[in-house]
Amino acid sequence: MTGANNEVVNKLAQDFNASQREFRVVPTYKGSYPDTMNAGIAAFRAGNAPHILQVFEVGTATMMAARGAIKPVFQLMAEANEPFDPKAYLPAVAGYYSTSRGEMLSFPFNSSSSVMWYNKDAFRRAGLNPDQPPKTWPEVFDAAKKLRAAGYDKCGFSSAWITWLNIEQFSLWHNVPLATRANGIDGFDTELRFNSPLHVRHLQNLIDLQKDNTFSYSGRTNTGEGRFTSGECPIFLTSSGFYGNVKANAKFDWANAPMPYYPDAAGAPQNSTLGGASLWVMGGKPAAEYRGVAKFFAFLSQTERQAKLHTDSGYLPITQAAYEQVKASGFYRENPYLETPILQLNNKPPTENSRGLRLGNMVQMRDVWAEEFEAALAGQKSAQAALDAAVSRGNVMLRQFERTVSR
Amino acid sequence: MEKRVVFDGKLLPYALLMPQLLITIIFFYWPAAQAVWQSFFIQDAFGLTMQFVWFENYSVLFANPDYYRSMVTTLVFSCLVTFFSLSIALMFAVQADKHIKAAGAYKTFLMWPYAVAPAIAGVLWLFMFQPSLGLVAQAIRALGVDWNPQLNGGHAMTLVVMAATWKQISYNFLFFLAGLQSIPKSVIEAAAIDGARPARRFWTIIFPLLSPTTFFLLVVNIVYVFFDTFGIIDSVTGGGPAQATTTLVYKVFSDGRLGGDLGGSAAQSVILMILVIGLTAIQFRYIERKVQY
Repeated sequence: MTGANNEVVNKLAQDFNASQREFRVVPTYKGSYPDTMNAGIAAFRAGNAPHILQVFEVGTATMMAARGAIKPVFQLMAEANEPFDPKAYLPAVAGYYSTSRGEMLSFPFNSSSSVMWYNKDAFRRAGLNPDQPPKTWPEVFDAAKKLRAAGYDKCGFSSAWITWLNIEQFSLWHNVPLATRANGIDGFDTELRFNSPLHVRHLQNLIDLQKDNTFSYSGRTNTGEGRFTSGECPIFLTSSGFYGNVKANAKFDWANAPMPYYPDAAGAPQNSTLGGASLWVMGGKPAAEYRGVAKFFAFLSQTERQAKLHTDSGYLPITQAAYEQVKASGFYRENPYLETPILQLNNKPPTENSRGLRLGNMVQMRDVWAEEFEAALAGQKSAQAALDAAVSRGNVMLRQFERTVSR
Repeated sequence: MEKRVVFDGKLLPYALLMPQLLITIIFFYWPAAQAVWQSFFIQDAFGLTMQFVWFENYSVLFANPDYYRSMVTTLVFSCLVTFFSLSIALMFAVQADKHIKAAGAYKTFLMWPYAVAPAIAGVLWLFMFQPSLGLVAQAIRALGVDWNPQLNGGHAMTLVVMAATWKQISYNFLFFLAGLQSIPKSVIEAAAIDGARPARRFWTIIFPLLSPTTFFLLVVNIVYVFFDTFGIIDSVTGGGPAQATTTLVYKVFSDGRLGGDLGGSAAQSVILMILVIGLTAIQFRYIERKVQY
């Protein structure tokens, strides 16, 4: 973790080390999420793995499949006799990191979700009501056209994490399958399904709007987020973790709102899924050391600490109790923008299509999907052809992943 | 009488060669052998299971249209970078070789970019040409061109070619300048007296006499483009948009490190190795003949 959040992690370790004498937690920064994961894997191969590894949500399937390399958290806590109740967590959080039998494999740590950020000053300039942000995609398109006419001609709206927002979250939010087998949660023999008419329609809309920059592509990761804070893009979809950055850098009146949906899609909006990372315990360590890890997790689970983590870092509260406590304290009246992602996650009880997703090779697969999106947005491919190609290329990678793990 | 020194025993010469041999074996042959070995297996990212699959990694690769695409991309990219970095460096070297004021300062400034790490060079160019922040990008947009390297493959390719060329010009410049200075002045002066104009003197005297340097740089530049430009591509485009800048070496990285497919990635590096060995061999076999030492 970087910046202010790095301090939060260091403080946690210090507090834990001060709270007892038996164990010591030493936090080490290893770079970006993919770098950290690769460093952990390399350390494991060299027989020198850390006890705890922070892995981002798209690495979940890879970690889960590495049965010999990890120690499942539910097992760790049971063996160390530490209290641990998966039901204490928000269902969307627990579901993401548990097996289909409800056994939690990793310890949820920092979670976020994606929301729609918008520039209230720009809305006023374009004659839109800043207190009634667009709720549906057609309303977003309309608003973006008006904003474009009002001078935002380089970018009416945009989105970071193009595939996370427009394939993954889009599928869950509309209760349509991203992939079979509950988006991969029920098994690695999953197949992608995101070339449905609804997906094609959405991509086609983006292609059409890209032509005059009503929609303007901002890259595969979040490097384009500066286009919102600089005032270039008045509507921007990205992680709720963008909060700290917006607060520090946006020199205009801003707000966020839930992600838009297509009103004629049955069941939309459903619920969103999370981003962020969880803590994985690496295998092959002595039982006495695992006792220390379990103690640290018990320490992290305390409601007080969870609530403070949430309000300090802007990440989601991951337990029900911490959420209730922060809510009761009136914190959200001052900071309603921190509650939007939670309301989205809890919007409806999760269905087969919206429990989460768990696809192997996800880090690279996102790049492959983004490549097809780029080809479509550049006008080289139709929406249908691009999504078909993304699905078939992704399926090849899923089969390869299945093959390397199922033996 | 001819003097000949004869060393007794064979130990000393081998001992003297040892450090270099060790370095070559540990840092070149050992990893290369590992890559060949790994290319016959499929394994998971953690190395928990390994399965010997003969040439399957290779056959999968050659059945994949993306791989051929990346070969074409590499070809285009390497031709452009090699051509531009050599010709621009030669032009600079010829100019700096003239009797001008502050030639030393020019030379020093021209060498600076070589000290910049590839990833940093990439970021510098990215900043200048980033559509919403970059100064140059805004100038281009003001001219009415919809500059957008994030979606337009041609624009992205232009950007990485510029960054990679810029980075290599200094190196080439240095060698060209040294080459130029070793050409005897008397030959050029004789031609001048015979009435040859500067352009004619360049093409009939300087350029042929420079050919050993040019040939050496050609080989070095091709190796550079094949392997060392990876940092620039990673920081500027990440191989995108839509694979427009995914070169062979970038694909090795993205499949191996991002995809965790070590077998497939190893197979690709073996092919890349063979390609570069082949290219270098061809250059020595055919082009070197035309080089006048």
